[in-house]
Amino acid sequence: MNVVAPFEGIGASVRRKEDFRFLQGRGAYTDDFNRQGQLHAWILRSPHAHARIRAVDTAKAAAMPGVVAVFTGADMARDNVGGLPCGWQIHNKDGSPMAEPPHPVLAQEKVRHVGDPVAVAIAATREQARDAAEAIVVDYEVLPAAATMEAAQKPGAPVIHDGVPNNLCYDWHIGDKAAVDAAFAGAKHVVTLDLVNNRLIPNAMEPRAALGEYDRTTGEYTLTTTSQNPHVIRLLMGANVLHIPESKLRVVAPDVGGGFGSKIYHYAEEAIVTWAAGKLARPVKWTADRSESFMSDAHGRDHVSHAELALDGNGKILGLRVSTQANMGAYLSTFAPCVPTYLYATLLAGVYTTPVIYCEVKAVFTNTVPVDAYRGAGRPEATFLLERLMDVAAQETGIDRIELRRRNFIPTDAFPYQTPVALQYDSGNYHATLDQALAAADWAGFEARRAEAAKRGKLRGIGCSTYLEACGIAPSAVVGSLGARAGLYEVGTIRVHPTGSVTVLTGAHSHGQGHETTFAQLVADKLGVPVAQVDIVHGDTAKVPFGMGTYGSRSLAVGGSAMMKAMDKIIAKGKRIAAHLMEASVDDIEFDRGTFRVAGTDRTKSLVDISVAAYVPHNYPIEELEPGLEETAFYDPKNFTYPGGCHIAEVEIDPETGKVAVVNFTAVDDVGRVINPMIVEGQVQGGVAQGIGQALLESCVYDANGQLLSGSMMDYTMPRADDLPPVGVATHTTLCTHNPLGVKGCGEVGAIGSPPAVINAVVDALRDYGVRTLDMPATPAKIWQIINGGRRMAAE
Amino acid sequence: MYDFAYHKPSTVADAVKLLADPDAKAVSGGHTLIPALKHRLNKPSALVDLSGIAEMKGIRRAGNAIVIGALTRHVEVADSAEVKAAIPALAYLAGHIGDVQVRNRGTIGGSVANNDPAADYPAAVLGLGATVHTSKRKIAADEFFLGMFTTALEQDEILTAVEFPIPEKAGYAKMKNPASRYVMAGVFVSKGPMGVRVAVNGAGPCVFRQAEMEKALAANWSADAVAGIRQSAEGLNSDIHGSAEYRAHLVTVMAKRAVAAAG
Repeated sequence: MNVVAPFEGIGASVRRKEDFRFLQGRGAYTDDFNRQGQLHAWILRSPHAHARIRAVDTAKAAAMPGVVAVFTGADMARDNVGGLPCGWQIHNKDGSPMAEPPHPVLAQEKVRHVGDPVAVAIAATREQARDAAEAIVVDYEVLPAAATMEAAQKPGAPVIHDGVPNNLCYDWHIGDKAAVDAAFAGAKHVVTLDLVNNRLIPNAMEPRAALGEYDRTTGEYTLTTTSQNPHVIRLLMGANVLHIPESKLRVVAPDVGGGFGSKIYHYAEEAIVTWAAGKLARPVKWTADRSESFMSDAHGRDHVSHAELALDGNGKILGLRVSTQANMGAYLSTFAPCVPTYLYATLLAGVYTTPVIYCEVKAVFTNTVPVDAYRGAGRPEATFLLERLMDVAAQETGIDRIELRRRNFIPTDAFPYQTPVALQYDSGNYHATLDQALAAADWAGFEARRAEAAKRGKLRGIGCSTYLEACGIAPSAVVGSLGARAGLYEVGTIRVHPTGSVTVLTGAHSHGQGHETTFAQLVADKLGVPVAQVDIVHGDTAKVPFGMGTYGSRSLAVGGSAMMKAMDKIIAKGKRIAAHLMEASVDDIEFDRGTFRVAGTDRTKSLVDISVAAYVPHNYPIEELEPGLEETAFYDPKNFTYPGGCHIAEVEIDPETGKVAVVNFTAVDDVGRVINPMIVEGQVQGGVAQGIGQALLESCVYDANGQLLSGSMMDYTMPRADDLPPVGVATHTTLCTHNPLGVKGCGEVGAIGSPPAVINAVVDALRDYGVRTLDMPATPAKIWQIINGGRRMAAE
Repeated sequence: MYDFAYHKPSTVADAVKLLADPDAKAVSGGHTLIPALKHRLNKPSALVDLSGIAEMKGIRRAGNAIVIGALTRHVEVADSAEVKAAIPALAYLAGHIGDVQVRNRGTIGGSVANNDPAADYPAAVLGLGATVHTSKRKIAADEFFLGMFTTALEQDEILTAVEFPIPEKAGYAKMKNPASRYVMAGVFVSKGPMGVRVAVNGAGPCVFRQAEMEKALAANWSADAVAGIRQSAEGLNSDIHGSAEYRAHLVTVMAKRAVAAAG
């Protein structure tokens, strides 16, 4: 009898397996783990943006009830604890390496931002640890702070790190400056634009937490932590900070409640609890409260740019010249230096045939929280710059903004396409995504909607962005040549059990992306094993051979490809076993979704027949083949992947209050082959929510003294459900040409494509007020000021 | 939070005795105090939990007024048939405080006694010319709100109820702070036994009456009557979400909308 099972392979919207436990509150997050004899750590953080530490007196704190230990930077120095390492080295224009000042785990002599860890109190309860931390007396000599890049670069600015003149981390560039200058000299139009890409605070739902353990009998350390990449943490913390061999250090990242980049990095607290667990031979746990998250999680974005675009009389782009300053914060976070360089300037061709591009980037230290990758990382900054520039260029050349984009699109037949800024795009169809989005958003019918809104006293605007990004990071040799201190391949193990169920071990890590479902679908599709019989194991260095983790929309493109490669090995071995069992030549064995067949016959063996034979090798080619059915593959991508598409936002502004409402949002993305359409839709919606957040709501604000003014949800505007419109999500697929799945990645496109679409719509809505540009976020007060200023100008 | 003693009296008289300790704090819904305790911004010797005092609960009509017990939660005011019939603007205001969680815990007494400049209720109390009942006396709204987080209440005096005269017309409109969703600028207008009243919350350090708008509305009850009246920005709040000038502008906009809502 043939039972037709529902299709669960590639392209099916299989419901997320993991949601049963998440929706029932049964996820197991770091803070849910409690150990026998566990102690709690509370980190004393600097209240000053910049100060010298004259003395730290821990005597009173150490004598308080329940307190087991109080440690300072001096204790760590005595144990030769290393600084937090940076994983990427950028070189200056002159070839010299970037400034890379030490990043102590606990402050040594100085504090450099509000929230900089100074000491740790460890006690029986969290409250006791906090009481003790408050009793630590720190004698600070408060120093002048540089809270902004402008302040940090002024003559006579405070010196944040000794030996780093002008607080300059690096002065880097890419592209052919002379060729760009020549292009500008011959241009009909030159469009210039100054932009700020606003600083954001990630705010994953689960605050960071870390639990350190030490086993005295084996000498093994275990760190359970809120990480997107446990193997990377093991490597960095073991090798650079605590000098623990990897064989003696296990890092576990269990269920993690969102990361968005902020949980990629190796943080001080991870090293503190692991080191303290060893010293005290007791488990030590730390869990951030939300206020700590604001001042200790890496922030995102924070660019100031000057951009110039040269065009000919037909609106054809001749060249692009960009000068950007990027805020690094007080220290270099793990991947900070690559964000404003290789994840930003290399994206400045976008979807356009710009023949020559030059970009210089100065990275600047300030007395603020370190800045690193946040959903999109560099690509939202590049996209915002380009897509705002295109709208301003359209305005100033008088060419329709859609038409201007079309005239400059990379033609569909031009792939592979080499840009002037290093990247080679493999595939795309920018006309198709644009056409589909224009139709879905009813762009043509907009003027009627604008007129209708005007009757209601509302200013309505529409805006688009045609974006491209590079993800699926990354070819190891390429990133190595660009300064990465790690490879960026991924690892997958396929373990077919004797009775045919499958366990997949992956170095990728799921913290909301739905890997347990998507990856299981790959196995269902390729091996014909039902999704329910496929388990995905991730996030534990003791279980998974190795891995580089999840960020840069790489899990499917790189991690999924490793699984496909491992499954190819399984099939190859299975064919040899099948050939033996069916007494056929291995070359005659075909495999399709779980069935091995002698070509042209009805002789078949199921995957279960093969797995049983592999583990019970009674009738088995034992002389030439090992028993068992488990294969591991390392996949190193040949190129980045290049998702792209078109986002269209429609907004209405209440001119009396300045409040902007996004009333329609359309996203048409080319993310390559879609494995699970429902999950892709969710990923795009989440990304768009963050993009709208950046465009309209979110802004990290420091005062001149480096105090964080937007230090809580009372003042930092996270997007909420009622701030967001229904988001229409559609895909238009061109396949990635260089990975076995044809996938490109969907995790970041929403956050990359949407901010300029929203701001272009806001500027469009304000067309009668003479607005050329405005900085994000477009808050009510800012819009009111523009409208009010416009009216005043009209009146004067 | 720091350690504190916890008391749960069942009468106003017992609560008053417990609050004789100057370091003790009264708590009802706890939506302001508990977060402050969690942040260790407040270190009371004792919390006097008022939630067990039956005489401070409930909504009743008393002649030409609605009397709302101090422990009445926002959701109860918002859903009350009595309030909806008599002062729909008050039910509307209560139904738009914070979010569902806040409305399910927060109480009118806590909100009015706390006098957060960005809270909703003070606008209704002042804008309707209500009378605040306490364990000692009755205080007119005009004498109650003294300044930022400051009221006429004494340390051992407990707000027990608020008596709202029923107006002919009343309306409320507010612009929310985008982050906190507290009031950035709000206006409560009414016309009734207490005359024409216009109370402004959120914009300044303390809820206040807008005399010029009251005068204009007394002459001509219409949104147009207040549309041209500009609130001075002097002394208004200014922060990363909006300048004093912006808030001053919003006062006029919200006044127009409040009058329009009142009908």
